[in-house]
Amino acid sequence: MRGRLWRLAVFLFVVGFVLNLAGVVGHVLVSSLARRWFATPLPGALTTEWYAYAWREFQLDQVLGVTLTVAGTVTAAALVLGFPAAYLLARHDFRGKGPLLLLFFLPLLVPQMTYGIPLATTLYRYRIGGTVAGVIAANLVPMLPLAIFVLLPFVEQISVSLEWAARVHGATRLGVVRRVIVPLALPGLLTAGLLVLVNTVANFELTFLLSGAGSQTLVVALYYAVFAAGMRPIYSVDAMAVIYMAVVLAVLVLALRLVRPTQMVFRLDRRD
Amino acid sequence: MITSLAFRLTKRFGAKVVLDDLALEVRGREFVTVLGPSGCGKSTALNLLAGLTQPTRGEIRLDGVRIDGLPPERRGFGMVFQNYALFPHLTVGANVAFGLVLRGRGKAEIAERVRRMLELVRLTGFADRYPGQLSGGQQQRVAIARALAVEPRVLLLDEPLSNLDAKLRLEMRGEIKRLHADLGLTSIYVTHDQAEALSLSDRIVILRDGRVIQAGTPAEIHDRPQTVFVADFMGYRNFFPLTVASEEGDTVLARAGALALRGRTVVPLRPGDAAVAAVRPEDVETTTEPPGPNVVRGTVRLTEYLGREHGVEVALEGGPTLTVRLAHPVTVGSALALRLPPERVVILPAEDGAR
Amino acid sequence: MRVVSLLAPSVAYLLVMFVFPFAYGVLLSLRPKGGGVSLANYVAFFLDPWQARTIWVTASIAVPNTLLTVLLALIVAYAMRGGIWLERTITTMLVLPIALGTVLVAEGINGFYGPKGWLNQALLSLGLAEPTRLTHNYTGVMLALFVQHFPFCFLMLLGYISGIDPALEASARVLGAGPWAVFRRVMWPLIAPGVAIAGALVFVMNFGVFPSAVLVGQPAGATRTIAIAAYQEAFEHYDMSMASAIAVVMGVCQLAGLAVILFLRRRMAGTGVATMGAGKR
Ligand SMILES: Nc1ncnc2c1ncn2[C@@H]1O[C@H](COP(=O)(O)OP(=O)(O)OP(=O)(O)O)[C@@H](O)[C@H]1O
Ligand SMILES: [Mg+2]
Repeated sequence: MRGRLWRLAVFLFVVGFVLNLAGVVGHVLVSSLARRWFATPLPGALTTEWYAYAWREFQLDQVLGVTLTVAGTVTAAALVLGFPAAYLLARHDFRGKGPLLLLFFLPLLVPQMTYGIPLATTLYRYRIGGTVAGVIAANLVPMLPLAIFVLLPFVEQISVSLEWAARVHGATRLGVVRRVIVPLALPGLLTAGLLVLVNTVANFELTFLLSGAGSQTLVVALYYAVFAAGMRPIYSVDAMAVIYMAVVLAVLVLALRLVRPTQMVFRLDRRD
Repeated sequence: MITSLAFRLTKRFGAKVVLDDLALEVRGREFVTVLGPSGCGKSTALNLLAGLTQPTRGEIRLDGVRIDGLPPERRGFGMVFQNYALFPHLTVGANVAFGLVLRGRGKAEIAERVRRMLELVRLTGFADRYPGQLSGGQQQRVAIARALAVEPRVLLLDEPLSNLDAKLRLEMRGEIKRLHADLGLTSIYVTHDQAEALSLSDRIVILRDGRVIQAGTPAEIHDRPQTVFVADFMGYRNFFPLTVASEEGDTVLARAGALALRGRTVVPLRPGDAAVAAVRPEDVETTTEPPGPNVVRGTVRLTEYLGREHGVEVALEGGPTLTVRLAHPVTVGSALALRLPPERVVILPAEDGAR
Repeated sequence: MRVVSLLAPSVAYLLVMFVFPFAYGVLLSLRPKGGGVSLANYVAFFLDPWQARTIWVTASIAVPNTLLTVLLALIVAYAMRGGIWLERTITTMLVLPIALGTVLVAEGINGFYGPKGWLNQALLSLGLAEPTRLTHNYTGVMLALFVQHFPFCFLMLLGYISGIDPALEASARVLGAGPWAVFRRVMWPLIAPGVAIAGALVFVMNFGVFPSAVLVGQPAGATRTIAIAAYQEAFEHYDMSMASAIAVVMGVCQLAGLAVILFLRRRMAGTGVATMGAGKR
């Protein structure tokens, strides 16, 4: 009986939380479609004109271009640099592996505001700050480790004997990589790629600190629009928010075909 | 000491009936084995008895008192899980002490009992190790010691030996039998290994798709299987579909084409019934008798050296294959005359879909 | 060694882009604008109440929020350990705020919880309350952080808890443990390390709070967190040296929080096992 009540309370809490989420997202959605909306359950008249307005006023074509360039480049770089590293970490034990894993883990653990300020200071000093290149370089700092840690278990589960078999049957080292490891690790590469992609699109702090005019991604542009609320109609800000949401969701839906929701956050490994 | 555990249980998961009115009465000090193929509902039955899942319908009585409403912690059973389920954060000693601590026993009593239990399973000196530092067989014995420490009214064992290698399995089988006898336990043991079931049990219950197919002493099950399914499980490797020609008492003559076999029946059969004759490889012998009922001829197709004997596959005249065990080597291609002793041939009713 | 060269690009990148800036930032913080090498930046920070107060402000957001988040996430994840109805749907819903990120959640909260939002409308129509101010203040930041970090913490703990063999719980029950004893003696000792890590991550993220504090909070007052202070030094006063000093202070506070959590975890694990008559692992 007590157990039942307990479960009911938990269930109600979860329902409440999900409703609250729906409200938070729903408000943005409805507001973006409202001609005017003021203290009523739903707006009186609907319109899609705020999307056109937002697209024009916030120069979203340019912002989207930057966002896709940044996200695409970061993803490619994270995979290209991260895959060999993940392969080595999965296959070999060597002295100093522990500290090395810590080095890879720290950028994920330390909040971006904490290391973003010194990083920004450095990059501005070398005149990379404020450019698209600077945004890409900064975003790669947490995304490279993310890619490595996502790839690691995928590489670990490829049996070494498959590599040996390929070698015995005449494949060169490179041939093994091309014909055995990469094809078998493809699901991992895809998963890691999508996770890096969605995280880069949504990554705020580092991009915010490193971007200048012309190198803002969608989230940062959204931040400035919300920050300066009152400069432009809130409906147009919400229209931009919806466009941002659509971009994130498109990638997220793909990502969720490959991973369980619990894998979208840090993987805590249990060692008994 | 209990005098009886009686239950009658039905369990459904959604539309799937996993246990269909499984009824059994276990006497005190009895060792009952539930034997059946994977997925037949053995674990489900044990979990219901322990109170870990709720039956769809049915009741469980311990000495006549219904206990199916009790949560697992108040049933006073002991259970050994297939994968041991030792608490990884506790030492061996603390694992064994677990149930006693929860029963509020005194420190000295607990220490003494843990020591005795570890001695019983021959793990004296391991109390301070963690489960992760033990071998499979040792973990197995800790799991048994933990279940026994609380002096359970009934001990439930769910395939406790299935994760061990062959040699250890034999050893632990002896160990379990010894503990059951020495401590006067009442045990229900679940397995899909017929050798385990035969060697351990006072009584065997054969389960298939959640239904009892046959129950009896090991000898009864072994010598008098009532269905092809049970015979197959009990090591009858040769099955011949036949038609009953004549019956006299509990022996019948059955034939198909040139093959004629006389054998025992367990379930009554009448002339004209479709039947299956079952014979164990080791019961077939070479013969010099002239052809007739229960004497067959064939050609050796395959031989297999088994150490003490030779496994031989013989292609019989007229098609079917017979697997036999012979004391002497034979060469592939040679002709053989074989006798299937009527007292060793079991003639069973044919069933749809079996074999 | 040739194989090790596979690692070289990644390691080099992180050394140049993570370790070096960190070191550079620390050194820079010791070379104040006025010239020379001194602790002047730190002294100035702690002596200026407007600046020093940000530590207290941040802690008064981060600590209660971490406790609440972890506690609720633990309860919900524990209750859902055996799987529940619509589990996949619910967990997918919960990924949303993580994937969408702080800025969008902040904007949504401003609308939904705002004075004209659905929540206040509903409360009013039920005659339950005066319009309550839930945004652009301390409450707003707490809400925003909770909406972000509860799902994060919950999903992490759910993954962790569902990795525990259900047979452990079953065998504890059969041995005489009731639901509470199962939690206290079996599950908690196994979950505690995960809770500590989750708590540490949430705390560290909470302590670095920036966009929520600006967009849903009161960045010039009640929710002027330490990250805002650092940002203002860097990008409004262009005092990179002072900004680095504040970032260092922020990092030290986060480390201190981690140390406390790890200390607590040690203590708790110690007692949990000791009552079972066993030593520490
Ligand atoms: N929670 C559940 N939901 C749905 N079906 C279940 C559940 N648990 C068990 N089953 C089904 O019930 C049947 C019996 O399962 P059970 O675990 O009792 O088999 P078993 O005889 O112990 O098999 P094994 O020898 O493989 O352990 C199986 O077909 C299984 O798929
Ligand atoms: Mg089973």
